[in-house]
Amino acid sequence: METSLEEQFQQKIDQEIKIEPKDWMPEKYRQTLIRQISQHAHSEVVGMLPEGNWITRAPSLRRKAILLAKIQDEAGHGLYLYSAAETLGISRDEMYHQLHAGNAKYSSIFNYPTLTWADMGAIGWLVDGAAIMNQVPLCRTSFGPYARAMVRVCKEESFHQRQGFESLWVLSKGTDEQKRMCQDAINRWWWPCLMMFGPPDDESHNTIQSMQWKIKRFSNDELRQKFVDMIAEQIKILSMKLPDPDLKWNEEKKHYDYGKINWEEFWQVLKGNGPCNKERLDTRKKAWDDGAWVRDAATAYAVKKSNNQLNNSNSVYANLH
Amino acid sequence: MQTFIRKMFYGDYGEEKNTASESSSGNASTNEWPLWEVFIRSKQGLDHKHVGSLHAADAVMALENARDVYTRRGEGVSIWIVESKNIHASSPDETAALFEPANDKIYRHPSFYDLPDELKHM
Amino acid sequence: MTTNEIENPLIKYLLHLADNALIIGHRNSEWCGHGPALEQDIALTNIALDQVGQARNFYQYAASLISDLNGEIITEDSLAYLRDSWDFKNCLLAELPNGDWAQTILKQFIVSVYQYYLYQALAQHENEKLAGIAAKSLKELSYHLRWSSDWVLRLGDGTQESKKRMQDAIAILWSYTKEWTDYVDYELNILGESIIAIQKNCEEKITAVFEEAGLTIPQDIWMHKGGKIGKHTEHLGYILSEMQFLQRAYPNVEW
Repeated sequence: METSLEEQFQQKIDQEIKIEPKDWMPEKYRQTLIRQISQHAHSEVVGMLPEGNWITRAPSLRRKAILLAKIQDEAGHGLYLYSAAETLGISRDEMYHQLHAGNAKYSSIFNYPTLTWADMGAIGWLVDGAAIMNQVPLCRTSFGPYARAMVRVCKEESFHQRQGFESLWVLSKGTDEQKRMCQDAINRWWWPCLMMFGPPDDESHNTIQSMQWKIKRFSNDELRQKFVDMIAEQIKILSMKLPDPDLKWNEEKKHYDYGKINWEEFWQVLKGNGPCNKERLDTRKKAWDDGAWVRDAATAYAVKKSNNQLNNSNSVYANLH
Repeated sequence: MQTFIRKMFYGDYGEEKNTASESSSGNASTNEWPLWEVFIRSKQGLDHKHVGSLHAADAVMALENARDVYTRRGEGVSIWIVESKNIHASSPDETAALFEPANDKIYRHPSFYDLPDELKHM
Repeated sequence: MTTNEIENPLIKYLLHLADNALIIGHRNSEWCGHGPALEQDIALTNIALDQVGQARNFYQYAASLISDLNGEIITEDSLAYLRDSWDFKNCLLAELPNGDWAQTILKQFIVSVYQYYLYQALAQHENEKLAGIAAKSLKELSYHLRWSSDWVLRLGDGTQESKKRMQDAIAILWSYTKEWTDYVDYELNILGESIIAIQKNCEEKITAVFEEAGLTIPQDIWMHKGGKIGKHTEHLGYILSEMQFLQRAYPNVEW
């Protein structure tokens, strides 16, 4: 019996065979992936900004080097992800264009401000922790280039969460002021972090199709629960508290129960009304606009060189071996 | 062989229907730095492996960018870069024709041959 | 703390090397997240990381010498975070604001040229510890020099706009370039005769790259100096107040 292209495609996915750029794919699959991967890439690049605030104020040379390396990794992760999306037939410039025009989303967590040094620790531990929870299953996502990019991202990301926890751990053992700084950062980042997993399953329209296509492998609520369970235990080491009076272990479910998330805040930040939405986007746009003449100059120089040196073009390759 | 190989970008811009090839809109600027594929040989590695891609204005910049982007943790001792448009790839439609004929040539594998146990060093 | 009363030329020289690396690294790190292309953002941050690393190596060596001398415990962080601007010995060029990409590239190119030939000479120094740090840094510098030279060529020989911006950058920054080879006592004490070769190599390299890029070097202009003996521009104070804020607001704690 003849199977349709669509059926063959779903069979491949069911057999855990990766979909590669040249394979036939439903248009909706392609569009969903472009949307998801580019959002993910934008999140990495916009995500450099809140931490970037503190590069020049890091309190020791060791912390300065760690923070710089970490933020630089995020640029790298953005780059890997943009490249994965580019195999789907969209250019990086076009994705930037969508971001700058306000037509593409990025993770709302980066629309919150970084107010004290402890926020660097809280972002590493909580924000990166939540991101890793989301990202580890994506290493097995059905689209090959996305899965490969995520393997690389996850490998590099593991130090991010560790350095964040370590940084808070030092504060938690420090002076009263440092402890206060630590608790304050946890208070501010906790609820927005829970929102990072997206709306509850019954309100998330994209989840069912994405699960069937194995773009997503766990639902928003499943991942959120895993995260709460993990952090509720880890915070004990810091002797700090999560800002949720309803948080408690549920022996029957073998999970932590947690309080109600303020979804109104989530939708407002998503709509552009978060504390830093405008600043973040303006900063990205400015970097892009200010860089235009630089990119043009490099292109012009490359064209000149290739015209001048057509006969001499082996010189670059001589360096390779 | 000509019929099996088509010239296309890694990621197939603009060739077949309903593959990744169809660009989603016409907004792409024309002066974007070209895309390059990066291959890296690790310290212990015998061959260069594809690790990803990047944008660069020319080959000199692409090599430098590859070093900065893909060897931040000492991953490599040698880099190759090639502009993505110069990669030619086999088509998934021809997978069966290209690769299945090799499947029954089992006599090409050493384990195909049953030899006496006394035979040494072979 | 102050290191003003220290007379030991080696300590002064190590602080000079460390301050140069830290302050230019600090400036470059300001680009992180704001670069003209993602790949270049990553490249410049790599350079900044190298520079912070070099600063740490020189500070740590200086700190151990000062601790031996004074009997109090001095660390890399007390040297970076607890001295005032009059104690800093970096060249003025390193502390100037980044400006546009052309100014940043020009600054980085000039710094790379001087650091490259300087470390090349120091790698042969009889002080093995100093020579060791210089040799390690030299590998990083070969890349900084290559990367920044390539960009000087691209901008100088790119578009009309990039050439103009490059020439503007030269007009703004050139009068801060001579300080690098205008040697003060503690440098002469450590470098001795090798200054002649360093100076010659630097001039030749800069001339060669500028010539290829089609850029003009200004002649007979006033040259600023003073950084090496703690007389800085107004900019350094702002760098330090930002950099040192946490250490000053919460003294004597672990981070």
